[in-house]
Amino acid sequence: MLNVGKIEEGFVLDHIHAGKSLSIYHDLKLNQLDCTVAIIKNARSNKMGKKDILKVECDINMLDLDILGFIDHNITVNVIKDGVIVEKKTLVLPKEIRNVIKCNNPRCITSIEQELTHVFILTDPEKEIYRCKYCEEQYSEHDL
Amino acid sequence: MRHLMSPLDFSVDELDRLLDLAGDIRQNPEKYAHICDGKILATCFYEPSTRTRLSFESAMMHLGGKVLGFASASSSSAAKGESVSDTIRMISCYADICAMRHPKEGAPMVAASKSTIPVINAGDGGHQHPTQTLTDLLTIRSLKGRLDHLTIGLCGDLKFGRTVHSLINALIRYPDISFTFISPEELRIPNYIREDVLEKNHIPFKEVIRLEDVIADLDLLYMTRVQRERFFNEEDYVRLKDFYILNKAKMELARKDMLVLHPLPRVNEISTEVDNDPRAVYFKQVQFGVYVRMALILTLLELA
Repeated sequence: MLNVGKIEEGFVLDHIHAGKSLSIYHDLKLNQLDCTVAIIKNARSNKMGKKDILKVECDINMLDLDILGFIDHNITVNVIKDGVIVEKKTLVLPKEIRNVIKCNNPRCITSIEQELTHVFILTDPEKEIYRCKYCEEQYSEHDL
Repeated sequence: MRHLMSPLDFSVDELDRLLDLAGDIRQNPEKYAHICDGKILATCFYEPSTRTRLSFESAMMHLGGKVLGFASASSSSAAKGESVSDTIRMISCYADICAMRHPKEGAPMVAASKSTIPVINAGDGGHQHPTQTLTDLLTIRSLKGRLDHLTIGLCGDLKFGRTVHSLINALIRYPDISFTFISPEELRIPNYIREDVLEKNHIPFKEVIRLEDVIADLDLLYMTRVQRERFFNEEDYVRLKDFYILNKAKMELARKDMLVLHPLPRVNEISTEVDNDPRAVYFKQVQFGVYVRMALILTLLELA
């Protein structure tokens, strides 16, 4: 059993689908932060069988976690302060996602107007459907 | 300041007011002949469209205004690599209102976000063409007397046909509307229209392959062209372009009061022998297009 020590301030992202932690590491742009990050892959889980966990030691105001709701809203987010869990965040689907996913429609204006922000709007919360603000093309997972 | 990007930008009440205004323009054109004196419309057409561009220009001229613009990307600064965002900032200094057509979907929306004058989407790729939808609605309301209690047949390219998608979205807001979709397998309406628009709103519809099987049940038949520019593959275009041709024999199966609409240009999907049939109203539709664009210009310039 591998042991990773507890963190003083930051986040523990639990119940990540096994194998997804590295892509979440990049989606949260953790590679651009100068902080301690533990990536735990394939940890045993009663609920999921196998799961990934990310531990991020940083100022809790440094990370925008809205995007996690889009990636997988079943992830558990524990906010840690002074070594203890102070909040369990419930993730919801963000109404709008900016510059995280790109529109893959070759007919979309974002394909030629380089400086444009790529914006996706949640159009059907029930089916979790996002559409490009400009061309209304539906996002599909390979766009991420 | 308002723009028009999609026909759904207007509520049903606002749409009714716009169509009422268009109706009044039709009845009393002289009342509106100088209402736009001193105003300028810019027509920024990044892809060729004789019909829509001339309709906008005619509309502005009938209101007493003037027109400037370009008719293709090659004759604009886009050929030098200028962005839509920069072009509209410049156009905002030259004109009071702008109609923009662009092959890229969402381009008019980008323009609207940077513009200081109202922007009208005059067609963006395969996405939206709101003034065609307004034209269709005015034609139907003027010639049928209503926009509700209708069975509408849509025939041809229902997959790429943006006028079809826009018209469906606009008509489902009225009571007792049902659709019959007539198309080859490859050009059926997209899933998102079927699921997110029709099923979600409990709109009755059926999908068939043969026009002859359903034409007798229709109040309206909306024909569309299979558009070469929407295909990446020439072979597919050639195979499907002649799938439906409306002729005199098929018209004999239809009701006496059924109307045939078409957004034009027609290639060969309506035989010219149908043109003299009083139910063929696609050329009247062009005239209604001018009235509705006049009403739209007045509405967006807040002159009506």
